[in-house]
Amino acid sequence: MSALLLALLLGAAVVQTPEATPVVVGSKPFGESYVLAEMFAQLLEARGIRVQRRLGLGATEIAFGALRSGAADVYPEYTGTGLLAILGERPAADPAEVYDRVSREFRRRWGMRWLPPLGFENTYAVAVRRGTADSLGLRSLSDLARVGARLRAGLTPDFIGRPDGLPGLQGAYGLRFAGVRALLPAVKYQALAAGEVDVIDGYSTDGFIARYDLVVLRDDRRFFPPYEAAALIGRRLAEHRPDAVAALTELGGRLDVETMRRLNRRLEVDGEPIPRVAREALVELGLLGGTIETARSASRRQGVWQYMWEQRRTLASLTARHLLLVLISLGAAVAVAVPVGLGLERLPGGAEGVIRGAGVLQTLPGIALLAFMIPLLGIGVVPALVALFLYSLYPILRNTYSGVRDAAPEAVAAGRALGMTPRQILRWVRLPLAAPVIMAGIRTAAVINVGTATLAAFIGAGGLGDPIAAGLALSDSRMILSGALPAALLALLVDGVLGWCERWVRPGGG
Amino acid sequence: MHGHAPLARGDGRVLFLPMSQSRPAALEAVAVAKRFGPVTALDGVSLEIAAGECVALIGESGSGKTTLLRCFNRLTHPDQGQVLVGGADVARGDPVLLRRTIGYVPQEGGLLPHWRVLRNVALVPWLRGEPDGEAKASAALRLVGLEPEAFARRWPRDLSGGQRQRVAVARALALRPEVVLLDEPFGALDAITRADLQSTFLAVRRELGFTAVLVTHDIAEAFLLADRVAVLREGRLEQIDSPERLRTAPGTPYVAELLRRARVA
Repeated sequence: MSALLLALLLGAAVVQTPEATPVVVGSKPFGESYVLAEMFAQLLEARGIRVQRRLGLGATEIAFGALRSGAADVYPEYTGTGLLAILGERPAADPAEVYDRVSREFRRRWGMRWLPPLGFENTYAVAVRRGTADSLGLRSLSDLARVGARLRAGLTPDFIGRPDGLPGLQGAYGLRFAGVRALLPAVKYQALAAGEVDVIDGYSTDGFIARYDLVVLRDDRRFFPPYEAAALIGRRLAEHRPDAVAALTELGGRLDVETMRRLNRRLEVDGEPIPRVAREALVELGLLGGTIETARSASRRQGVWQYMWEQRRTLASLTARHLLLVLISLGAAVAVAVPVGLGLERLPGGAEGVIRGAGVLQTLPGIALLAFMIPLLGIGVVPALVALFLYSLYPILRNTYSGVRDAAPEAVAAGRALGMTPRQILRWVRLPLAAPVIMAGIRTAAVINVGTATLAAFIGAGGLGDPIAAGLALSDSRMILSGALPAALLALLVDGVLGWCERWVRPGGG
Repeated sequence: MHGHAPLARGDGRVLFLPMSQSRPAALEAVAVAKRFGPVTALDGVSLEIAAGECVALIGESGSGKTTLLRCFNRLTHPDQGQVLVGGADVARGDPVLLRRTIGYVPQEGGLLPHWRVLRNVALVPWLRGEPDGEAKASAALRLVGLEPEAFARRWPRDLSGGQRQRVAVARALALRPEVVLLDEPFGALDAITRADLQSTFLAVRRELGFTAVLVTHDIAEAFLLADRVAVLREGRLEQIDSPERLRTAPGTPYVAELLRRARVA
C-alpha cells in the first residue's frame, strides 16, 4: 500500500515536455464555471490539443492556487474577482480599466494572462417581473429609485449586509423600499414569480432570470463593480502553448449575457448535462462542427434511482477511485500512527504534545488544509492523499496511545515482575490487549476519511465528491445524492469490514 | 561478601536456619534505603533470609514492606545499601534475567487475560526458552490443585478469584525457582477461599522447600505461613522473629500493640 503511494508520488513528479503534457482545464464549483470550462476543453480538443479536466476546484483560492502552482493551465475567472479577491484592491467602475489593471498585475506578478473577455459580465443584478417593469416603466436602477417606496424587496441576507450590496445601493441611488425581506437564493425566484415580493437581487447571468422572464435593471450609475468573464491562463500555457492560447482566444467576445443566461438555464433549471450544453453552445457559435439534438430527454424529471442506474458506470469508477483514496491514505495513516502511538507509550512526557499536534490538524477545515497544500503539492491525487492521511492520524494515534497505556495494568506489572522485557510487554501484553481500542480508532478514522474524501473533488482528485460538488453547484439534488448515497454506503461497508477484521485482533478469542 | 556471619546479631535467628551456617543466606538486605520524592519508604533496613525459610513482612500501609519485597527482584532500585540474592549483588546483573529466576505472585493475580491458563503458567519457561514449558506448566498446575485437563484451556476470566490466584502461584512455581516473592497474594479473597489457598501454599512449600518472602496485611496469615515475621514501621525494621517469640517477647511497645490489636498475642 505504501509502495502504491510512493508510485503515485513519483508519477506526479515525472517531468514531461510541454507538447506531451495535456492542457489542464480547471473550473470553480458552480454551474457557469463548469460550462465555460467544458467549452474551453471541447474547443481545445477540437483544435487537436490534449486536455485534462480538473473541474469544480474548491473556490477562488484553490482554482487560482492551482493556476499559480502550474497544477492547472486555464480556468474561467471574472475581472472583478481578480481585482477585489485576488489582488485585494479597491473596486473600480470602468470594465476596461479593471481588465487593464488585472492584465498588467497578473502578468507582472505571476506571468499569467487574461485572454480577451468572453463578452458578458456576471455581476450583482437587481431584477423585477416583466409586468412590473412594463407597468412602471422600469429600465434602470435610477428608475427603480423613483418608485421603490411602493415595492417590496426580497434580498439574500448576504446582500442586505454587504457594503457593496443594499447599503451601498441606497447611498448611490437613494433607493428605498416599502419593505425588505431576507430570502435565501433557493426561494428568491419563486417568491418573485409568485408576487410575494417585487424586487430581488441576483447575478446577471442566473439561468432563473431567463426561466422566469425577468427584467434586470441597468446599473446606470455603475455602482456594481464590473465582473467580466475571461479565460485566465497560467504561465506555462502563456509561454509555451501558442496553439492553445489561439484556440481559447476564439471565444473572446462571443458570449453575450443573454446567451450565458440561456446556457445557465439549461444547466441549472432544465438539468441538462454539462458536456451537451457546452458542445451545443460551441456548435451554435460556429466554433465546432456537428448538429444539435432536438429531442432532449427531460432528464431532471428522472428519479434518483433511475439517474443513478444510468450513471452506474461513472459512479462505479468514482466509487472505486474514492475507495482507493481512502485505502491508501488510511493505510499510510495506520502504518505511521500505530508505531508512533506505541512509541509514545515509552515517552509519556512528550506524548500528549504530539497527540495534540495531530488533533490541531483535525480542527483545520478540509478546504483550508487543501488550499494550504496547493503551493507544495499542486492539485489532484497527491495533495488529497496527504490531506486524508493527516486527517486520519489523530483518532488512530489517540486510541493507540491510550489503548497501550491503559491496557490491563496488573497484567503489565506481573509480566515485568516475571522477567518480560519492555519490548516483550509491548508485543505480547499491551499491543494485543489494546488491539480492540486501536481498531476502534482505525474505524473512526476510516469513516471520517470516507466523508472527508468527498472534499477531494475540490482539488481535482476525483471520487464521489465530483457529483456532490457538481450537484451542489447546479442545485441538482439528484446529482448530489448520486455521490452522497454511495459515499454513505461506502462508509458503512468500510466500517463493517473493519468491524469484521476486529474479531481477528480481539485478544482471548473474543 | 556479606552473609558469612549469620550468627553475628545474636537474636536467636540461628535456631530457624535449617541449612549449614557457612552457607550464604538465600536473600539479604544490607542497610537498604529508598526514597520516593519526599517520602522515605525504606530507611536503612538490613535482614537475612536463609535458604528454605519463609519470612513474612508486615506493617501498616506505607511501612515499606512492599518496597522491600520489590528490592529482591529489582523492581525497585535502592538508593543506598545492597541487596543480595544467593550471595550475589542484584545491582550487578541484568534485572530481567534476575526476575526470570525468582517466582512472583502479585495480589490481583496479574494473569494475562488474553492467554489461556496453560500459556500463562508457561510464561517464565517460555521467556527462558525452556523446551518443555507446557509439561512444566501442567505439573505446576497439578501442584496447586488444578487439574490441567480441566483448566489448561480455560481463559482467566472464566475462573473464580481463588482459581486465578492458584494459577498465579503455579505460574510463579513453573520452573521450581529457589526464591518466591508474594505480594499480598491472598489479600483479595474471601475468608474460606483464603484458608484453602493458605493450606495449599503450606503444602507446596513443604514439598518444594523454596525460600519465600510474603508481604501481607493479615498478621494471622503471617503467623500461619511464615517461619519468621518482620515488622516494619516507617521504613525501619521494628523486629524480626519467630511468631512464637514475637508473641511472647515483643521487642517494642509498637509491636506489642500491633499484635494485641490483631488478637494473635
